[in-house]
Amino acid sequence: MEWRRRHVLGLSDFRPEEIEFVVDTARSMEEVLTRDIKKVPALRGKTVVNLFFEASTRTRTSFEMAGKRLSADVVNFSSSTSSITKGETLLDTARNIEAMKPNILVIRHPASGAPHFLSRHLSCSIVNAGDGANEHPSQGLLDLYTILKAKGKVAGLKIAIVGDILHSRVVRSDLHSLGRMGAKMWLCGPATLLPQEMSRTGATLTSDIREAVREADVIIMLRIQLERQKTSYFPSLREYSRRYGLNRAVFSLAKDDAVIMHPGPINRGVELSDDLADCGQSLILDQVASGVAVRMALLYLLAGGSHAAH
Amino acid sequence: MLLIRGGRIVDPASRRDEVGHLVLEDGKVKEFLAGEAPGNFPGRVIAAEGMWVVPGLIDMHVHLREPGYEWKEDIRSGTLAAAAGGFTSVACMANTKPVNDHPEVTRFLLDKARREGAANVFPVAAVTRGLEGKEMTDFTELAEAGAVAFSDDGKPVASALLMRRAMEYARPFGYLIMTHSEDPELAEGGAANEGWTAQKLGIPGIPAAAEDVAIAREILLARQTGGRVHIQHVSTKMGVDLLRMAKRAGLAVTGETAPQYFTLTDAALEGYNTNAKMNPPLRGEEDRMAVLEGILDGTIDAVASDHAPHEDYVKRCEFVAAANGIIGLQTSLPLTLALLAGGKLSPSRVVDLLSYGPARLLSLRGKGTLSPGADADVTVIDPDREWEFRPEDVLSKSKNSPFLGWKLRGRAAVTICGERVRHATLPGVDIDG
Repeated sequence: MEWRRRHVLGLSDFRPEEIEFVVDTARSMEEVLTRDIKKVPALRGKTVVNLFFEASTRTRTSFEMAGKRLSADVVNFSSSTSSITKGETLLDTARNIEAMKPNILVIRHPASGAPHFLSRHLSCSIVNAGDGANEHPSQGLLDLYTILKAKGKVAGLKIAIVGDILHSRVVRSDLHSLGRMGAKMWLCGPATLLPQEMSRTGATLTSDIREAVREADVIIMLRIQLERQKTSYFPSLREYSRRYGLNRAVFSLAKDDAVIMHPGPINRGVELSDDLADCGQSLILDQVASGVAVRMALLYLLAGGSHAAH
Repeated sequence: MLLIRGGRIVDPASRRDEVGHLVLEDGKVKEFLAGEAPGNFPGRVIAAEGMWVVPGLIDMHVHLREPGYEWKEDIRSGTLAAAAGGFTSVACMANTKPVNDHPEVTRFLLDKARREGAANVFPVAAVTRGLEGKEMTDFTELAEAGAVAFSDDGKPVASALLMRRAMEYARPFGYLIMTHSEDPELAEGGAANEGWTAQKLGIPGIPAAAEDVAIAREILLARQTGGRVHIQHVSTKMGVDLLRMAKRAGLAVTGETAPQYFTLTDAALEGYNTNAKMNPPLRGEEDRMAVLEGILDGTIDAVASDHAPHEDYVKRCEFVAAANGIIGLQTSLPLTLALLAGGKLSPSRVVDLLSYGPARLLSLRGKGTLSPGADADVTVIDPDREWEFRPEDVLSKSKNSPFLGWKLRGRAAVTICGERVRHATLPGVDIDG
């Protein structure tokens, strides 16, 4: 297949064959990462700008690493001002950066739709590295990649995502990447953080973690934002942990070979017990490793790479 | 003297809907003539055959942005847009800078409108000083200066106690309190109707209950105080149901909606379309249908545009940061006329919603009717004219409309305000300077 996208804004309109194409490309990227010299010249002379309006060490580092492994020049630009009332508008900031002629702009922004908006006004390629509660497409793809590596398939698997569904962009991308490839998706969280409309995606909703985890093949635990407690989505972290924390007892309901994932950073002892985070069935660090390969694949394809691993 | 000849005269106030001729003289309606048109009329003649001739339309909910935000709109541009849309009168909200919470501001608006306006301007004063929801404004002085009603539109009155006091205090004087009914806590942080579209786009939601709770509150307070209250821009199914219930209970509660709420749903937000962002937000299909039903069964008293001009750059940004509101003066009439299809709504009811109803609600003397002695505010409507709403047609200073590019049916052919022609698309009809 031929790659025609100029931007990766979200997975909502990705066709299954496009998702497979990225996965295939990521496989050859991962091969590069096993070499002694973990660098190829594919993006030499190209510039990737990481434009981050939200703190995110791991995603930014992952994109930075991915760009550098491909020999791109990578520049990081962080800003905490993202509001139109606080001076420069998003469009002005982005246009300033575009004037320096980057090839790819990787953007993280607290407002849903910010990358889509920029894509209508800028000429460079845009990669969404997380926009508000909308999507985090590279995470959706790396979760798929990680599961494929561990399980060999996603179709037919029971995949439970547990936590703050309402505010999670990871959920929305995972529903596209995993749901579209045939997984049986379960979403679980306190009712205040589990919008009922999400059942329209075909996912099963429950506020009972046992029901979600029972016979699951994959359990994705989401980070609970500690500040949510202040806005009374749930009574306390202690209560949250009791209802929605994954511990040995709950995990024992899952399939014997079930795996645990988490987009990070983990609140140990809150959503995930300390021992499970480090257990043999945890794929949390595999996700991080996959992340670099998947992001290399995205940058490579957007920069005009036509090769796939076929 | 002016003769409007041969049109279908639709005047619900006098229960008239028949073909005839209307004579205007000395700024007033002189008489209605049936049968043959008078020959050798000693004045100007507008040939309105095939058109509707209706009392000048009244938009009881607009934001003219002056004083303080003249780059968005001012009295001149706003009233030109009004005239182009068939409106001879508009009621402008108080959320200007300074806020219209002082008689000097009210007088400024009226003076400016008298000098520069292409339509009548009826200022709505704030309920509370600075729209802060804390202290009532001086109702009497404001009313004496010309305010026709009181509303903190744009900033809902959070305090039930203050709302109670305002309704109760205003009751003996017959002042009208209008409300932007919204529970600010329930709505906090939201930017779109809470529902599937918001979930899909990852936009924080505003639940319908934020509006419903507040409408229920206003109704219960009207019941408690015996006061009168008008609910602005009703957008939810439960809001319509509550309004219907209040009317059945005989309470002095009225309500308006805007064309966007019976024309669009939150599906219009797809692609993060900031021109579909407003407050209250576009709702779901069930709500849209309920608003329509409320119009058809008379629960809703008026259609008002909530004309809210915004310059391009506060809409050209990320969705959650974008300003709320859309312009509406030039699309309100055709979007309401669209309800004629299927014969559910009569021409008379359209005129009721867009002219007679608002005139009654705001107690505008001489407006909303074509009976002899009424002000010579007349709109000639070409109900079948098909046209496309293009950016270059927009007379507002701002072009924030989700209806740009829409093919519309029906428009104002001539707008006459105080016997002066303020807008005309009819060949041979000149606009008075």
